[in-house]
Amino acid sequence: MANKKESAHTARSFLIELLVYAALVTAYVFFVIGLFGNWLNGLYHHNKTLYAIAALALIIGQGVVLEAVTSLLLRLIGSRTE
Amino acid sequence: MDFLVSNTHISPVYLVITGFIIGILGGFFGVGGSFLAGPALFGVGVPMNFVVGTDLAHIVGKSIVAAKKHRALGNVDLKLGLIMVIGTIVGVETGAQGIEQLKHLGQANVDKVVGVTFVIVLISISAFVGWESWETIKMQREREREAELSGVGVKKLEAKEDESALDHISRRIHRINIPPMITLRVSGINRISLWAILLVAFVGGVFSGFLGGGAGYIRMPSMVYLLGVPTHVAVGTDLFEVVISASYGTLTHAIKGNVDIMIALVMHTGAAIGAQIGAVSTQYFRGPKIRLAFVPLPLIGAGIVIYGLLVGHPVK
Repeated sequence: MANKKESAHTARSFLIELLVYAALVTAYVFFVIGLFGNWLNGLYHHNKTLYAIAALALIIGQGVVLEAVTSLLLRLIGSRTE
Repeated sequence: MDFLVSNTHISPVYLVITGFIIGILGGFFGVGGSFLAGPALFGVGVPMNFVVGTDLAHIVGKSIVAAKKHRALGNVDLKLGLIMVIGTIVGVETGAQGIEQLKHLGQANVDKVVGVTFVIVLISISAFVGWESWETIKMQREREREAELSGVGVKKLEAKEDESALDHISRRIHRINIPPMITLRVSGINRISLWAILLVAFVGGVFSGFLGGGAGYIRMPSMVYLLGVPTHVAVGTDLFEVVISASYGTLTHAIKGNVDIMIALVMHTGAAIGAQIGAVSTQYFRGPKIRLAFVPLPLIGAGIVIYGLLVGHPVK
């Protein structure tokens, strides 16, 4: 019984986190990532080495930031739904 | 949304949802999901050389999240991961050079050769993992039945413990005495030749550099069946190792003009949260059941690639 309650609580936390995250991602994709398009295309055609470094830095940076954001969301939402 | 580097037009919603599904699969199976990510990109018109490089870039961002989760769960053998990085990097460069040679022969040939290779690899892996998982589950049920009949208790494996119908293969490999021999405590391996680990890593790297992604669909089964690493540790260690080797793969493919980082960034926004969910879920399942659940996935990827190759235009 306690396990079922815990699973339901975890599922609810994940669902709320997903909804909040979806809203944040929509804004991020259209207003932030969209801005980089032309700059990255220019870099790609003029200096591939610099483009490669920028590409790696961007994906690692986004990886670290999104991990922090998702962990924070889970912590905040998890504590509010208890 | 227009992706100028690869000259493609793809819905960002499609990329985010694809990334989300692949993130869950990657966090759960530890295989990164390139057997779906690659076909998913090829299916919407991304040229195959960009599929290979872009998927590698996307893997870097996604694996950071999942690897951190698995490290917290105690599923990462750091020593094994660092050794494998060496072999993988050499393999990735070998695979990437293969793509460059194909590009000289024309884009159509890149798509055809890489696509057909992808299909063969995916079907083979699916068949093999399915057979092995089923054999292991049958073996466990038989043992439990015999124990019930004889009235003797049988030790039930905990969720993180593992066994395989092919354990004898890894035991034989452990007996190969080519120094230096090393011990992997986290993986529970007393002694194994360093060269066995490097060879497994090199082969995985070649697949990664040639077909894209982290090649976990080769590396993870190899770590389990050939090296004898428990499935949960193979999942976590593979993710850790892939962060480093996929970073190298991203750099080398980007310099060769094969990475559209915008596609990777958009796809990764979905993968980041999917990977968290997938990683936590591994606590609740045993090794053979994880492996059996993996079986249909490469077949779905193979189906998408076959469709793309036969029809010759993107899935709409």
